[in-house]
Amino acid sequence: MEGFISLFQQAVVFGTIIMFGAIGEIITEKSGNLNLGVPGIMYLGGISSLIGVFFYENAVDEPNKFVCAVIAVLCAFLASAFGGLIFSFLTITLRANQNVTGLTLTIFGSGVANFFGGSLNQLSGGVGQLRVPATSDAFRTQIPGLSGIGGPIGKMLCQYGWLAYVAIIVAIVAQWYLSRTRTGLNLRSVGENPATADAAGLNVTRYKYLATCIGAGISGLGGLYYVMDFTQGKWANDGTIESLGWLAVALVIFTTWRPKNAIWGSYLFGILYWVYMYIVGISRASQELFKMLPYVVTIIVLIIISLRKKRENQPPEALGLPYFREDR
Amino acid sequence: MAAMTTHKKDPLVRIARRESMPTWQSLLIRIGSVLAALVLAGVIIYLLTGASPIDVYKSMLQGAFGSNPKNYAQKSWITVRDTMMLLCIAVGLAPAFKMRFWNIGAEGQVLVGGIATAACMIYLKNLPPLLLFLCMVGASLLAGALWGLLPAVFKAKWDTNETLFTLMMNYVALQLTSFFVAKWENPVGSNKVGIINQGVNAKQGWFPAIFGQDYLLNVIIVMAVTVGMFFYLKYSKQGYEISVIGDSRNTARYAGIPVNKVIIRTMLISGAICGLAGFITVSGSAHTISTSTAGGKGFTAIIVAWLSKFNTFTMIAVALLLTVFDKGAIQVATDFGISKDMSNMITGIILFFIIGSEFFINYRMIFRKKEKEAA
Repeated sequence: MEGFISLFQQAVVFGTIIMFGAIGEIITEKSGNLNLGVPGIMYLGGISSLIGVFFYENAVDEPNKFVCAVIAVLCAFLASAFGGLIFSFLTITLRANQNVTGLTLTIFGSGVANFFGGSLNQLSGGVGQLRVPATSDAFRTQIPGLSGIGGPIGKMLCQYGWLAYVAIIVAIVAQWYLSRTRTGLNLRSVGENPATADAAGLNVTRYKYLATCIGAGISGLGGLYYVMDFTQGKWANDGTIESLGWLAVALVIFTTWRPKNAIWGSYLFGILYWVYMYIVGISRASQELFKMLPYVVTIIVLIIISLRKKRENQPPEALGLPYFREDR
Repeated sequence: MAAMTTHKKDPLVRIARRESMPTWQSLLIRIGSVLAALVLAGVIIYLLTGASPIDVYKSMLQGAFGSNPKNYAQKSWITVRDTMMLLCIAVGLAPAFKMRFWNIGAEGQVLVGGIATAACMIYLKNLPPLLLFLCMVGASLLAGALWGLLPAVFKAKWDTNETLFTLMMNYVALQLTSFFVAKWENPVGSNKVGIINQGVNAKQGWFPAIFGQDYLLNVIIVMAVTVGMFFYLKYSKQGYEISVIGDSRNTARYAGIPVNKVIIRTMLISGAICGLAGFITVSGSAHTISTSTAGGKGFTAIIVAWLSKFNTFTMIAVALLLTVFDKGAIQVATDFGISKDMSNMITGIILFFIIGSEFFINYRMIFRKKEKEAA
């Protein structure tokens, strides 16, 4: 039981990162844009929040934790949304191919993040020396009242930094927005059949731009959570964010494009990813095979939804396809 | 006047597809976009380091082609070697992309090809060299083809989204590589495979030097594949079938082309060539296998293939350009004491410009004519 509790805790922390990434990408994909720049966007979110609070914490003697958190969230959201804006401008306005643009965004984001991350490490005197204690503390603050609850259930559900709960709230709001509001319905129609949406008088370009930028902003919060909570305000050029970003793309498929499924799906991915640590007597080589699980499960889900052909589980009809009114 | 106000104004800019554009003009736009990107990169480096842009560009060229007579040849050969690797993957992707099958899985196909090659080098090192080479080529082709086959079968039979499927296969391959790296590690505990077949088993399964050049064989193989693929796509019946399916699957079906069969066949070829790229890297340059054997080239090659419009000869130029920028940016980082990761940032910026410039080649903008005041 002890083992399961700590596995679950690890899974939740890990899952929260990809949950943010996946929810943002679901909103983006619902507009018909397949943005393969998620890893790059998460990189941008992580590094810009770190840069922002690094300068704030160094500029003032007594950094205010609340201000730290606000700066970090704002920087992460804006920088990631900017990544989404680059993607939108190239694919929607300049009509570039989505896959190619997304992959370029990933290259760009990883370059920017590791470049500035390396520079920040240099500024603070070497790898591992970079510290933003006030901000990292601020993000690891647990919900007062909730964190006091003991017992296994309390340990499993109540002892995370507040951003982990924000992720769940964002998922619920995104689900409500997509399935219960008029603009959400409009957004889905843009992703299913932009020509029809256009004919119905919707501004397809605006929906695509907004969904992609806001989606990217939310995805970027995954990078923020990774940097501030998971690594506690340090930066390492080890490419972890990139693999997490692709895992977020995988999670989008796993959830069959429903944010509510991301809540348990992300934790399940976390469990699948970390379960090797709790299986006794497997070699280090076999551990690597266990880390394959989330991807294999995703492939299986992808196959199943294409086999069953249930309409409500399919990817948005126009996913990845360009829409130009003049081309019809 | 009243009639005029009810009449809705034309938008400021209309966009129309261009029928065609003279080659020199499209070439000019592309070169212009690269130059613009270089200027922007120079400005960014200047802002970050204060180095004069001229020095930066000089250092870039030195990074790709060497800084003094002693290392001209060596540096240039490394640039050529890496260009060939990128080119090989891009050529492998060409038939799939021409068919509008989004094979994002090159990274994984390269890795499994590399694993197969390394396995041959490790377990079959006592075979005669020629036989060993045949084994390595066969194994890498087979491994890559298998990795391409899986998504293709599901695409053909059940229309499973190939972009997402091939993307996931990359990570399965990556973990598989980690598994074999841990299995073959040498020395034990290092979590690295190390250079395979050095010392006693001197260079078993390594590419032999031709005319004293270590990497000439890489060039020969990749150029052969490049030329072969050009003619395959342009002049063979199968190449024609691929392009019909790429234009319209329904037309292809109507014309009696066995669409499913062609999809599977094309992905076998595409995956196999990507697997071959893994063979060339492991046997022909790295002589080891690691999770960074593909090193993101599988993704960069997608961009190369797309920008070249599936013309394998254009790919040579694009692959060379990107490799030169990459090598150059790494040199700039060393020379001016900044992080090496800058090269990805610069590559990203340059690619954004090239991708964006395509718009001006494919479309033209028609501005609203100023309405003359009615007299």
